[in-house]
Amino acid sequence: MSNTPHTPLVEMRDISISFGGIKAVDHVTVDLCPGEVVGLLGHNGAGKSTLIKCLSGAYKADSGQILINGEKVDINSPRDARALNIETIYQTLALADNLDAASNLFLGRELVNAFGFVDESKMEAETRKIMARLNPNFRKFNVPVSALSGGQRQSVAIARAVYFNARILIMDEPTAALGPHETQMVAELIQELKAQGLGIFLIEHDIHNVMKLCDRACVMKNGQLVGTVKVDAVTDDDLLGMIIMGKKPAKAA
Amino acid sequence: MTDTGQVATAPAPKRGIIDTLELDVRLLGMLVAFAAIALVFTIWTGGTFVSPRNVFNISVQAVPVAIMACGMVFVIVARQIDLSVGSMLAMCSAVMAMSQATWLPSLMGLEYGSPVILVVTILLGFAVGTGMGAITGWLVGYQRIPSFIVTLGGLFVWRNINWYTTNGQSVSLTDPHLLMFGGTEGVLGAPVSMVLGVAASVAAVAGLLSARRNKQSHGFIVKPAWAEGVMMAMVVGAIMLFVTWLSRYPVPEAKLKRLFEARGEVMPEGFSAMHGLPISVIILIVVAVGMTITARKTRLGRYIFAMGGNPDAAELSGINTRALTVKIFALMGFLCGLAALVAQARLQSHGNDIGMLEELRVIAAAVIGGTALAGGVGTIYGAVLGALIMQSLQSGMAMVGVDTPFQNVVVGLVLIIAVWVDIIYRKRMGLTK
Ligand SMILES: Nc1ncnc2c1ncn2[C@@H]1O[C@H](COP(=O)(O)OP(=O)(O)OP(=O)(O)O)[C@@H](O)[C@H]1O
Ligand SMILES: [Mg+2]
Repeated sequence: MSNTPHTPLVEMRDISISFGGIKAVDHVTVDLCPGEVVGLLGHNGAGKSTLIKCLSGAYKADSGQILINGEKVDINSPRDARALNIETIYQTLALADNLDAASNLFLGRELVNAFGFVDESKMEAETRKIMARLNPNFRKFNVPVSALSGGQRQSVAIARAVYFNARILIMDEPTAALGPHETQMVAELIQELKAQGLGIFLIEHDIHNVMKLCDRACVMKNGQLVGTVKVDAVTDDDLLGMIIMGKKPAKAA
Repeated sequence: MTDTGQVATAPAPKRGIIDTLELDVRLLGMLVAFAAIALVFTIWTGGTFVSPRNVFNISVQAVPVAIMACGMVFVIVARQIDLSVGSMLAMCSAVMAMSQATWLPSLMGLEYGSPVILVVTILLGFAVGTGMGAITGWLVGYQRIPSFIVTLGGLFVWRNINWYTTNGQSVSLTDPHLLMFGGTEGVLGAPVSMVLGVAASVAAVAGLLSARRNKQSHGFIVKPAWAEGVMMAMVVGAIMLFVTWLSRYPVPEAKLKRLFEARGEVMPEGFSAMHGLPISVIILIVVAVGMTITARKTRLGRYIFAMGGNPDAAELSGINTRALTVKIFALMGFLCGLAALVAQARLQSHGNDIGMLEELRVIAAAVIGGTALAGGVGTIYGAVLGALIMQSLQSGMAMVGVDTPFQNVVVGLVLIIAVWVDIIYRKRMGLTK
């Protein structure tokens, strides 16, 4: 694997989880260092989302260990993950359609005033600030997110993950619904967060984005890890070969 | 606050009066429907419909259903249903009736009518209601049995345990302290009511002002001062009109005489007193305000709405949706206990059929009030208004001599029409949910 000097920020060791008879994730080991972007690649249904959901607390792995900063942790719920500064942008976005952007951004972590009552104005003001940074064209603060476009919804989900000062960020196809300009802004955001020392798991189908943004790439096929490679050491075609054929290129092995 | 990035520069499009006042269109529609019903029956009955006496009666009769409808809003918003509320009301009522008339007097060696007994009884009734609701919530939240099934079962179970609790007997209730919760036997009189009305008006204005100031402090655009003024005037006007009206309903002379005799005094010549606000209506107002604050201003309320909007998102945001489900149903059960107290005090007895079919009225009130069965959408004030609309319809029809079966036919049709109109309205406005 990587031979970085520090203890990895995250280590997922030998993770397995199955649904009924299907082994969605089959003895997969990945790790992530501070200031590093690790891409997760693979065909549809390869098990990428399922793997990271074990880290975000949405699923509990059947077997395997998760270590944060070298210490074994138990992540039993999304709350546990959030408490460990793990933030997630889910592929499904996980937004409550009937609530507005601010309510979604602060869902589960509402700002309250001295009496313990939710402070809506403050939350909206904070939401406006972060959205001004992420997507300056965003205007729809007072409507339910069901009235937003796919990309606008994605911006809200990204803002939610970024707002709370994560140390570990999981992004499951964060740009799937974004236009070219917004995608560019997310790319810049990833680089900025990386420079701040966050560790980022990025699930992404676009090989060019992977080559541009990631330090390493882990490729999965049918629930199993094909291999992990340094992005500098391989070509697009090598990665494609890994995804499609499930074989590690000879020179990077 | 300059870096908040809000839309302030674009020239505001011309806005209609409803927009400027930021009025809820659905609320407006309900108020118009309510006013229309009142107008028709007022003309039809030659004015008796809006007499202080009838307004008083409608308010008092609507209270139990309205209290439960407040809880039903939370249940339906969370994508659940509770068909057992009528039976839970009966169960709470049975326990309270038996405990004050039989169990506690023999257990504590106190006379029926002692305030201690009443206090313990009420607490017991609330505990039983909350407990029944919590059991439902546990079965739904932790065991994943659909609430439709759990509460359909509960409808049979509680209704019949209620029967066994009293052995099928009616229990007549005469403790004057209990009867105070029922309506006519527990009123505040004109002076206290007026003071309360003024206090409520002041509180409402203060609330609107503080919300406005909070918005301004974050640099948001607020509605023009005149619009805020109109809103305040309407709210204060409604409160004061209601209070003044009930303060014009005189207590019958014979009853006043009895009250004086009970105290060993003689009623002075020409003495008169007005009903004013009934305690049961105050209870309803406290419940409605409390539930509205819960819905809008507390985490609990927001989580209920989030869960109704997208249960998975709520779960992934770290909300414990199972525990939340228990809380929602427990709250519903508690409100059934409260409604049972008011209902048995008003009827001055516990009968086997108390609360029978009430679940349908409660659900209808919530739905007429704009609560969407798909979940995620609903308001407390809407449900209270829904209960009032149904009670007004029924009372009005009774006054003009419509037979009871036909009254129920009309209430059923109104439920369907209310949802139908809402669907058409949403389609027109291009709203999907
Ligand atoms: N909750 C679940 N219940 C049953 N099977 C599931 C569940 N979640 C995932 N699976 C199965 O596990 C496998 C991996 O799914 P996963 O969502 O992790 O794929 P993915 O790599 O993220 O694919 P995509 O690129 O399409 O997002 C699939 O075969 C899927 O059908
Ligand atoms: Mg996926």
